[in-house]
Amino acid sequence: MADANNGRIEIESVTKRFLTPGGEVFTAISDVSFTVEPGQFCAVVGPTGCGKSTTLGMVSGLDRPSEGTVKVGGKVVDGITDGVSFMFQADALLPWKTVLANVALGPVFKGAGKAEAQARARDWLRRVGLAGFEDRYPHQLSGGMRKRVAMAAALINEPKILMMDEPFGALDVQTKAIMSNELLGLWEQSRPAVLFITHDLDEAVALADRVVVMTSSPGTVKAVYDIDLPRPRGSVQEIRFEPRFLELQHQIWDTLREEVERAYARTAGGPVTEGKAA
Amino acid sequence: MSTASSTTLDTVANDRAQPDAAKAARRAVLRRRGAVWAARVGFAVVVLGGWELAARANLIDAFFYGQPSGIWKSLINLFRNGTEFGSIYANIWVTMQEALIGFAIGAVAGVIVGVALGQSRFLADVLGPYIKIVNAIPRIVLGSIFIVAFGIGTLPKILLAAVLVFFVVFFNAFQGVREVDRNILANAKVLGASRLQVTRHVIVPSALTWIIASLHSAFGFAIVGALVGEVLGAQQGLGLIIKNAQNQFDPNTVFAAMFLISALVLVAEWLIGKLEHWLLSWRPAAPSEASNAI
Repeated sequence: MADANNGRIEIESVTKRFLTPGGEVFTAISDVSFTVEPGQFCAVVGPTGCGKSTTLGMVSGLDRPSEGTVKVGGKVVDGITDGVSFMFQADALLPWKTVLANVALGPVFKGAGKAEAQARARDWLRRVGLAGFEDRYPHQLSGGMRKRVAMAAALINEPKILMMDEPFGALDVQTKAIMSNELLGLWEQSRPAVLFITHDLDEAVALADRVVVMTSSPGTVKAVYDIDLPRPRGSVQEIRFEPRFLELQHQIWDTLREEVERAYARTAGGPVTEGKAA
Repeated sequence: MSTASSTTLDTVANDRAQPDAAKAARRAVLRRRGAVWAARVGFAVVVLGGWELAARANLIDAFFYGQPSGIWKSLINLFRNGTEFGSIYANIWVTMQEALIGFAIGAVAGVIVGVALGQSRFLADVLGPYIKIVNAIPRIVLGSIFIVAFGIGTLPKILLAAVLVFFVVFFNAFQGVREVDRNILANAKVLGASRLQVTRHVIVPSALTWIIASLHSAFGFAIVGALVGEVLGAQQGLGLIIKNAQNQFDPNTVFAAMFLISALVLVAEWLIGKLEHWLLSWRPAAPSEASNAI
C-alpha cells in the first residue's frame, strides 16, 4: 500500500456486449460508471441479470469491456489485475487439496517457497478460526467453514481489492450473519477496497460504505448511496434495528423495488406481486 | 465398501445400550453376504455344468464349441508341456509386455495431447475434424500396416495397442479439461497463477477423474491391440496360440487362452483400481459405498 491511490477502482462509461449462441447481440451492461475509493466497502445491488458479475469480471481483468475503460489505481486494466482477490458464491476451493494447501495457493502462485506459504496459510487459518482443520479436505467441512477457508485464501495475498460475488448467497440466515461479522472484522484489519455483489439489500446496507443500485437488462447504474452508519459497525444483526439503518434501507428499497418488479415481470411473464428481495 | 460397512458396524457395536440390536445387525449383514456368495457359486455351477452336460449329451458339438473339462485339460497341458512357441509363461510375458508398453505410451500421449488441446481453443478447432476422421477409421486395420512396415516382432503390436489406448485416453482427458469448474479457474488466475501453474494445480488434477476412468477400458484395448497384432503375425504370444489352435480345430485351447487373458486383465484392472484409489483419495465416498442400511 505504498501508493495511496493503489486500490481505487474507476469504472468509466463501460458497456459490455456478448454474442448469444443464437447470433444476437446481448448488452449485459450499458454505460456504467462508478468509483470505489481505496479502502472503501462498496456493495452493488440489483435484480437478477443486471450484469453485476460481468462488472466484477472486468475489474479483475478476466474480461474486457466492449466500450469504456476500467481503471485500477489509475491504470487501465489490461490482463489480470494485480493485487485482486475473488470470492464466489460457489466454492472455488480445490477439492483435491487440503484446507492448508488451498489457502497456501495464493503465496505459491506468487512464487513463495512451500514452507513459507504453509506458515502463512497456518496463520490465516488461525485468524479465521480454523486452526486444527489444516489437513481436512473441503468436502469434510460445513458450508460456513468452507467460506472461512475461501476468505483466508482470498485475503492471504493481502489484496488491495477484494471482489465478492454473492459470497454468502448459499448460506443459511444464521451462518450468513456470522460470516458477515467475521468478514467485517477481517476487513477492518487490512482495509482493502471491497466490491461486494449481493441481491440482499439489508446485507448491502449493513456492510457497505457505498451502495450502487443497478437496473437490469441492460445493466445501468440507477443510483449511488453513501451509507453514513458509523464504523466499526458491530453486529450486523443488531444494526438492522438502528433508525438510521431503517431510513437508508427504505430509501434504497424504493429505488430498487421498481427494478426488481420489472425484472421479475420479465422473467415470470405475469402480473407483478410485491417484490421478493430485501 | 468394506471399510464403510465395518465403520458402521463398529459404531453400532460400541453402542452399549443396545448390544442385542448390534448383534442382530451384524448377523443380518453376514447372512446377506453369505447369500450373495452362494448365489454367485450357484450361477457358475449352472452355466459351466450346463455346458458340460449339454456337450456330453451331444446337445452341442464339443468339436466346435469345446467343453469345460476339455478347457481345463488344455489349460493343464499349456502349463505342463508348454506350446510349440516356448513355455506358456514366455508367451504370456510377450503379450503382457506388448500390452503394457503400448498402454503406457498410449496413455501418456493421450493425456499430454488431451490436456494441450483442451486448453487451446484454437488448436482444438483446427485439429478437431482430423481427430474425428482418425477416430472414425477402424484402427484395428492399422495392425496390418504396422506388420508390413515393422515385421512380426513386438514393435507393431506395441504400436497397435498404443494407438487404440491413445484415443480412449485422449478423448477423456480432453473432455475432463473442458469440464474444469470456471470459478476455480478464474480464482486461480486472479490469485496470480501462471499458465503452467494453472495446468499443474487445477487442470490436470481436475481432469484426473476422467482420465483414470478411461484407463480401465483403455487397458482392455491394449490387450486387444496386442492380441490382434499377434493373430495377424507373430513369433510368440497368446494371440499366436489362439490362432494356432484355431487352425488345428482346437476350441478348448482357444477358450483356455481366453480365460488366461481375462485373468490377466482382471489383475490389471485391480491394479488400476488401486491406483485410482490412491490418486483420488481426496474424494468423498460415493453414495453407493457410504451407507450400509440395516
